[in-house]
Amino acid sequence: MTDRIEKQILLRAPRSRVWRAIFDKTEFGAWFGVKFPAGTFAAGEKVSGNITHPGYEHFVMDIELISVTPERQLSYRWHPYAVDPNVDYSSEPTTLVTFTLEDAADGTLLTIVESGFDQIPLHRRAEAMRMNDRGWTEQTTNIKRHVTASR
Amino acid sequence: MSITRLTEGSYVTRQAVTKHLNVLAEAGLVRDYWQGRERVWELRTEQLEKARSVLDTISAQWDSALQRLRAMVEE
Repeated sequence: MTDRIEKQILLRAPRSRVWRAIFDKTEFGAWFGVKFPAGTFAAGEKVSGNITHPGYEHFVMDIELISVTPERQLSYRWHPYAVDPNVDYSSEPTTLVTFTLEDAADGTLLTIVESGFDQIPLHRRAEAMRMNDRGWTEQTTNIKRHVTASR
Repeated sequence: MSITRLTEGSYVTRQAVTKHLNVLAEAGLVRDYWQGRERVWELRTEQLEKARSVLDTISAQWDSALQRLRAMVEE
């Protein structure tokens, strides 16, 4: 099982609220850590923005919206290891990220699936790993600070 | 392992096994070297571990992002 990552989380908030946090580019950026232009996502469009995590600000995140089904599902494709500004990743395979929202007893069940990792060349993964390692400790500390502060 | 060992007890031909091994080698999962007159293949487990740990890192990044999403929508 190296092709996909699947996450499921129960959020104690109405589906409309969770949808806004994913569908609105500014809200998405706030929790994901990227600065997109204002507005909402539309199927077929390409969106790019700078990563906001300290130490990663020069990385640009490019995504291509695949589907947008209001309050139900949103999906996009991107290059998960596109971390080297000197490399043109456009011809390389992408992974597909899908957000699915469902009503749950006391909130919203959100499922995230990222798939297609097996198509990404191993050397590219190793490269990304090295670059990730460098900033990762820093980033984790940062997140802890943010989460604690917002409690 | 040599091709002889790899094809022992199987109906697959040496040519077919070599073809598969070459594909795996291109993907960086196996490598071959010559031992005397015999070509020996070995598994590159470090490559698999690398792939696995990259996925673990991305998985951890999703976990952190989801905690931030939770803080945002549940407040």
